[in-house]
Amino acid sequence: MAKTTDLDVGYVSKLARLNLSDQETKLFQKQLADVLKYAEKLREVDVSHVEAAAHAVPMFNVFREDKPCDWFSADEALSNAPHKANQLFVVTKVVE
Amino acid sequence: MSPDDLPALTIAELQSLLRRKEVSPREVLKSLRARIDQVEPKIDAYLSIDLNAALKEAEKVDVDLPLGGVPIAIKDIINVTGQPCTCGSKILASYRSPYDATVIEKLCAAGAIPFGKTNMDEFAMGSSTENSSVKLTRNPWDLSRVPGGSSGGSAAAVAADAAFAGLGTDTGGSIRQPASLCGIVGLKPSYGRVSRFGLVAFASSLDQVGPLTKTVRDSAMIMNAIAGHDRHDSTSLPDRVPDYTKNLGRDLKGMRLGLPKEYMIEGIDPQVKSAVDGAIKQLQSLGAEIVDVSLPHTDYGIAVYYFLATAEASANLARFDGVRYGHRAKEPKDLLDHYGRTREEGFGPEVKRRIILGTYVLSSGYYDAYYVRAQKVRELIRQDFVKAFEKVDAIISPTSPVPAFKLGERTADPLAMYLADIFTNTGNLAGICGISLPCGFARVNGSQLPIGLQIMGKSLDEARIFQIAHAYEQSTDWHKARSPISVNSKSEIRNKNGADDRD
Repeated sequence: MAKTTDLDVGYVSKLARLNLSDQETKLFQKQLADVLKYAEKLREVDVSHVEAAAHAVPMFNVFREDKPCDWFSADEALSNAPHKANQLFVVTKVVE
Repeated sequence: MSPDDLPALTIAELQSLLRRKEVSPREVLKSLRARIDQVEPKIDAYLSIDLNAALKEAEKVDVDLPLGGVPIAIKDIINVTGQPCTCGSKILASYRSPYDATVIEKLCAAGAIPFGKTNMDEFAMGSSTENSSVKLTRNPWDLSRVPGGSSGGSAAAVAADAAFAGLGTDTGGSIRQPASLCGIVGLKPSYGRVSRFGLVAFASSLDQVGPLTKTVRDSAMIMNAIAGHDRHDSTSLPDRVPDYTKNLGRDLKGMRLGLPKEYMIEGIDPQVKSAVDGAIKQLQSLGAEIVDVSLPHTDYGIAVYYFLATAEASANLARFDGVRYGHRAKEPKDLLDHYGRTREEGFGPEVKRRIILGTYVLSSGYYDAYYVRAQKVRELIRQDFVKAFEKVDAIISPTSPVPAFKLGERTADPLAMYLADIFTNTGNLAGICGISLPCGFARVNGSQLPIGLQIMGKSLDEARIFQIAHAYEQSTDWHKARSPISVNSKSEIRNKNGADDRD
């Protein structure tokens, strides 16, 4: 397991597309270092013979009929849009 | 019965009045609304209430349906058409649900009336409801203390007779722990038993919707309505839904109950331990056999939980990008600025902390060391329970190591808050079911604080834990004790088995 000092909150916040204030960055750095230190105990466990569990119920390949059905109208889908025009979401410019 | 007394009733009691036409669904809603107005300034359990929408439902409801005319409070993370669904977050402050969650459709099909959206820790991340961006909810037993969380609004409302019952969600203990701290009954169903379609996702491999109620019977009645397969949720299980009220009243002769030795940890409050010991004696006197079991990987539960739950949360909360719904930052200079500021402005501190931790454990170079290792230890925790359930029918423990703590007591130390879920989160990791019900009181600085007993059952064995919980409940008077601000406060009730440590 990696050393807890490897956590760089400033860098991870960029990966997460989540701006943080300098104060938050400093606080989280300390608090999450504590959490990671606590979690170091996982290193004690021998997991060499264990398969990773994505979730607790063994269910695979859940299929359903591929059939169209009624769902939101355009107006309903847009009802919570922060910015919309002409029945479309208006988004921040993506290409130059 | 005077309208003022109606909100004190259980669902089962209310239903018989409704069916005998002694009271109408409309009168029930009006008296509940009056009751909420009376106690809400003290407990702040609700985020929004739409009496007119509920009255409209009441006009057409069939009281002969299983929950006909019964109002149910809904945690504000479950979509109800036309109502807000803030998840306790600023980022969804202006959101209105354009559709019903499957659990809401099912409740309505059973005649229930969704009434009021309840406060919660932001995106269900927390154990005290203090992470709500809107307001603090207070524990009806002591207004200076937390109601637990994250479903603290639903729990406080039920405990204060400001709701007949509530829906909550449980990812690491968020139904059972507040139920324990507020002295009511809370069930986390087995993973996949209740549809999560229309529930705002926090950690998709752990989340379940379940009831918070005054009695075990009420809990079973709500489960009869909401359990079952849903083609909109590919993780919901196709297994047949039994009648959960069927086993209520059956005795416990021959029932084998496991007592995990790993749960008697340091740091457990002595009054909690003594109440749970009393409950174990009571269960024995009812005919159950107590068997020592071992869940050797218990101590790793919190660490595993906080890696997996935050990893899943960081992915699930990526959808809050200010494009299709929710808050959007003003005049972004480019797309990165749009995302970064929208999320900075919209999320509170605990949500940000968990997104950072979750992103970190999933990031290149750390994925195997943290995330995959946690998944493997999760499998070992699941196997612990499988082995234990070969020997016993159910497992008994405290729900929370401590009674309700003071508002503000743990907010500065996230790790201390995370440890509140120490007896509950392994149940989510293993996908099993668990119920918390009142089993005594702690006396702390003159306050009487409820203590919860947890009964865990194997996956899809809800009917059996209802049977055990009901037999225990009916042999004690704990569930009759009401908080000091409830309609008919009868908090000074003594337990028949003499395990009462109150004066």
